Parts: sequence; structure tokens; C-alpha cells
Amino acid sequence: MSVLVDGSSRILVKGITGHQGTIHTRGMKSFGTNVVAGDTPGKGGTTVEGVPVFNSTQEAVDATKPNVACLFVPAPYTKDALFETVDAGIPLAVIITEHVPFHDMLDMLYYAKANGTRIIGPNCPGVATPGGAKVGIMPNVIFQKGNVGVVSRSGTLTYEIVNGLKEAGLGQTTCIGLGGDPVPGTTFIDALELFQNDPDTKAIVMVGEIGGVAEEEAAAYIKAKLDKPVVSYIAGISAPPGKRMGHAGAIITRGRGTAASKMAALTDAGAKVAKFPYEIPSLVKESLR
Amino acid sequence: MVKLLEWQGKEIFRRYNIPLPKGGVARSVGDVSRLLGGTVPLPAVIKAQVRVGGRGKGGALRFANTVAEAEAAVSDLIGKEFKGEKVQEVLVEEKMPLAGELYVSITLDRSRRKPILMYSREGGVEIENVADEQIGKIWIHPSVGVLEYEKRLVANRMKLPAPAAKELGGLIEALWRIFRSEDAELVEINPLGIVGDHLVALDSKIILEDDALFRHPAYQHEGGEMTPLEQKAHEKGIAFVEMGGDIGVIANGAGLTMATLDIILENGGRPGVFLDLGGTDDPAKVSEAFAMMGEAKPKVVFINVFGGVTRCDTVATGLVNEMKRNPPAFPLVTRIRGHNEKEGMAILRDAGTQSYSDIAEAVRHVVQLEGRP
Repeated sequence: MSVLVDGSSRILVKGITGHQGTIHTRGMKSFGTNVVAGDTPGKGGTTVEGVPVFNSTQEAVDATKPNVACLFVPAPYTKDALFETVDAGIPLAVIITEHVPFHDMLDMLYYAKANGTRIIGPNCPGVATPGGAKVGIMPNVIFQKGNVGVVSRSGTLTYEIVNGLKEAGLGQTTCIGLGGDPVPGTTFIDALELFQNDPDTKAIVMVGEIGGVAEEEAAAYIKAKLDKPVVSYIAGISAPPGKRMGHAGAIITRGRGTAASKMAALTDAGAKVAKFPYEIPSLVKESLR
Repeated sequence: MVKLLEWQGKEIFRRYNIPLPKGGVARSVGDVSRLLGGTVPLPAVIKAQVRVGGRGKGGALRFANTVAEAEAAVSDLIGKEFKGEKVQEVLVEEKMPLAGELYVSITLDRSRRKPILMYSREGGVEIENVADEQIGKIWIHPSVGVLEYEKRLVANRMKLPAPAAKELGGLIEALWRIFRSEDAELVEINPLGIVGDHLVALDSKIILEDDALFRHPAYQHEGGEMTPLEQKAHEKGIAFVEMGGDIGVIANGAGLTMATLDIILENGGRPGVFLDLGGTDDPAKVSEAFAMMGEAKPKVVFINVFGGVTRCDTVATGLVNEMKRNPPAFPLVTRIRGHNEKEGMAILRDAGTQSYSDIAEAVRHVVQLEGRP
């Protein structure tokens, strides 16, 4: 078992004919992912990396029945592409694109929610289930099948941590990259709930960063609802006081959002908190004992 | 983020019919008599146009009863610096007799993933100094907007006279439309003045979202608080921050960069400048970053890159080529992990670079090279 994607997932790559779309379609296929279609307006009838390209999402759905969409569409057109994905009835949309305006994402999030599509991202590395499927841009070589669920707001730091788990002999059920945008489609709490309900996930690694209060909220959820062990790491304990989003932003967070407040909340919730990323594997092993 | 000046924000307010004092922008003393002889009545308030906060306490606001006083204030303010920001423009406005000062803003609540309307009767002071129970909050569904009953609720809680209460509903609607149509991160009026039985926006604070500037070509990202080197890096899509220590750090991705800094500080090192290549593994960017790092004159440089899509040997080759073109004046410690790391490390070692796979070991060496006790 795993969460979100597995060997039965059928992937549609939106924006497959672009540079990123093409490179990562190749990467997904060599991971073993079943990429069934791509779409780019005006490029229907061609193929990319052996994958048939359609003019619209609906045409791709009619012909190949995808159940996951991976979006490499440029930021100004991402909102349109997501609405097209939702209207074609695809239940999971992974948005890799960065710099999507948050005002667009607000529209996308509530439209997708109302119509039964889950969004992961934007500005995220995607989702990977070793031995099943990878949707996105994570490097293939870092993974190994196993029973640790990984959820993270970071990109390369996640690769580093997943790679460290593999080197310590700790495989993963699924790795979820939530992305670092102000309005994420899927939150830490959503991901923790998925792992809680997955019988194969025995421990969860949660990688956070300073800023926002998502980690504090996740800590409250862990305390109330989770019975699986959680190992956490928060990047940025030494960060210089960063830019604040004006005084109004400070009112909403009121003293939360620092590495110290996140680590304290997670410790209080019973999670093991690593001071440095390289401490994670041994803390996971301890939790699994 | 793009922080608009007060007068720029008020130009937007004007387009959305938010009531404003009579006023105009002066860029030299010569503009003052034109404004005060025409559209703006005396007594006047002269406001330095800077983005930094705390203008009242900092002496950036002046009052004038005569044209001569106004000219003296403008002459004094233009060219003056407030918290490092030089005044190039002043706003000359009529001084209004105030019966009260309110606060109202719309911003994004990231935690609830919804816009939030905040309001208070305690306007005119920095809102973060106002007690929580004095601030009202309404979360707004993005596709619905602020509902009529919510506008009535705000007016009731603000205890406004009838004409002002009615105006407040329209003003909130205007703020909401600005927030959405102009792609704002923050739209704030503080203070929102009560003048007689009516409302007037005495100040404006609008922050626009960088990522949406493609829809608003009139506004461009301004370097603002960046140093010249930071500005140069920004233009190349590299995050470059100067911190005052002696160790230069190059990493890729915000999370990995922060983790690297955490480990250095914990080991007693002092990062001087860091460069985040972003979630990219493009070797050309590594070369550019390396060249830029030289300009910051660090004592030692630590490169911590995770090769994902691009292989480590490609990144290492790019780095070594740049070192041959421009031999660095500082010792270099590298840690390159990920795809083809063994090949990458071999290339770096052959070029005479200290190369590690263990981060703690690498950082200890970096701190040793920094040469602090």
C-alpha cells in the first residue's frame, strides 16, 4: 500500500511538449510510472517519449482514462489548465509550476475542492511511491520501497533526507512534496491523515521550514489524532529575522512561525524533533523499534 | 513584493472611489505654491513618501498653516533619509479635522487559506500594538467576496454615525475589489479618518504580489532593501543574502540552504553570505553563482549541492571549468550529493578541492578554514 499514487496510477502530463514536461516525462517513465497521455493545445496527434499527445484534457481522458494530472504549464496559464483538469473529472492534480499567483491558487483550490479534485502544489517536486509511480520531478535514484511516509515543504532538502533514509536502509511508502507556496493545495494535516490511514506506513517523517504556522497546526493534529510515530525536522533555526508581510501579517501569526515555536509544538505533540537533517534516520529507527 | 508609496496607493483608491483628502505630489519646492494655490486648501500636512514605517515618530510628517511653512517643510524633507530610504517625493494634503481614527485591511491568512478582513476602532497606531480583542476578523470566501450582512456587522461594531456606516460598506467592497483585481498581498487603510459624519482614507498601504506582476506591467519589482550584489543576483534568479560573517555558502533550494546555515552556526562558524541556486541543478547557474561569490570576498566558501535531475559530475565539471577560468582567491570546500556523486567528487578532488560526503565533517573543516578561535 501507499498513498495518492501507486502502480495502478495513469498519468496525464499537461504541458508535455515543453522542455520541463519532456525531460520529466522521460524521468517518470524510467521510474516505472504509467504515463498514458500528454496534452498541449495544437500539438495533438504527435508523441513525446512515446506518449500520445492530445489537444485537450477531455480528448486525453476519453482516449486513455488518466486518473492523475501532472502540470508543467507556465504560471500565467496554470489556473486555466487546472480548471480544465477538474472539468475533465481527474481526481488528483500535481502542480509543479512555480510562481503561480496566490490569487489564482485561491480560485483553483476552492473550485477543485467543490468538484472532488485534490491539488498537490503548486511549486512542488511532486509525489513518489517507490515501486509504484512517480509524478513530478524528484530524482529517481534517492528512493527505496519501504514503510516510512515522508511529507515536506522543501525540494532539494527532501531529496537529501530521502536519500539519507535510503542509505540507512529505511525505505519509503510514499514521499509527498507539498511545495512552499502561501496557499498549498494539500497541507501537512492532509498528508498526515493519508499516512495515518495507510496500513503500510509505520513511521512518518515531516520536514518543515520557518514561516507560516502550518507546522504548529500539524503538531496540534498529531497530538489529537495520530498514533504513528513522527520524526520532524525544521529548517531555519539560525535564519536571520526575515522579511515580514507587513504588520497585518504579524497579527495573524502573533509570535508563531519561528523554528523554535514549531519545534516546541512538535515536541509537545510527541514527535521526535531532529536538530539536523542527518539525525533523522537514527530517530526513525528508534521510533520503529 | 512590491510595496507602493502612499500616493501610488491613493491613486488606486481614487480609481475605486475611496474618499481621500484633497492633495497632490510635490517633487520640488516649486510644486508647493501650485498645489496650495489651486487644489489643496490650507492648513496642510506634508508627508515624505517613503516605504518604511513609523513616519510620524520619525519626523517624516509636517504641518503647515501657510505656503511659506509648507515650502520650508518640503525643502527640508526632499533628499532627507529615513531608515536609509531617501525622500524624492512628498504628498501635500489638506489637514482634516478628525473625530476618530479607524483601521481596516484585507490580506491573506495563509493558515486558513482564505483572505481575511481585519478592522478596529483603534486606528492611527501600528496595528501590531493593538490588543487582539480590539481587532475584528472576517474570513472571506474568495469566490463569494464580503457579504452584505458582514459589512453591516463591521459598521455596527465600529459604532459609526449613519452616513459613515453606509459609506463603510462601499469602502470594504472597494478594498476587496482592489485586493483581488490588483493582485494585492495587503490593502490597508490606517488611519481611516472620521471627518464629521463621513469617512476619509488618510493613508494607504498596498503591497502587490511579485508573481502576478505580469498582469500589472505598470508596476515593477523594486530592489528596495537589497544591496547591489543582492540586486544583481536577483536579476539572475539567484537568492543572494549578505549576513556579515566570513563564510560563503552556495546551496540549492531554500530548505537545504537554511539547513546548511543551521549546521555551520551550530559548529561555531559565521556565514557571511549565502547563495541559493533555487530548486535547480543547472551547472551554468553554479558557475555564475561561483563568480558572484568572489565579489563578496569571503574567507572560505562551502558548496553544498544536491544533484537531482542533473548529475553531480555535470555540476562538478561546470564548477571546475569556472575555477580554471577564474582561479578563486579563497579555499573551497564542497559537498555534492545525489545522482553520480562518486564521479562528481572525483572530478572535484582531481581539481584540488576538498570534497566530502559527510556534512558534519565538511562543516568542521569549513569552520577551521575560517580561522576563528
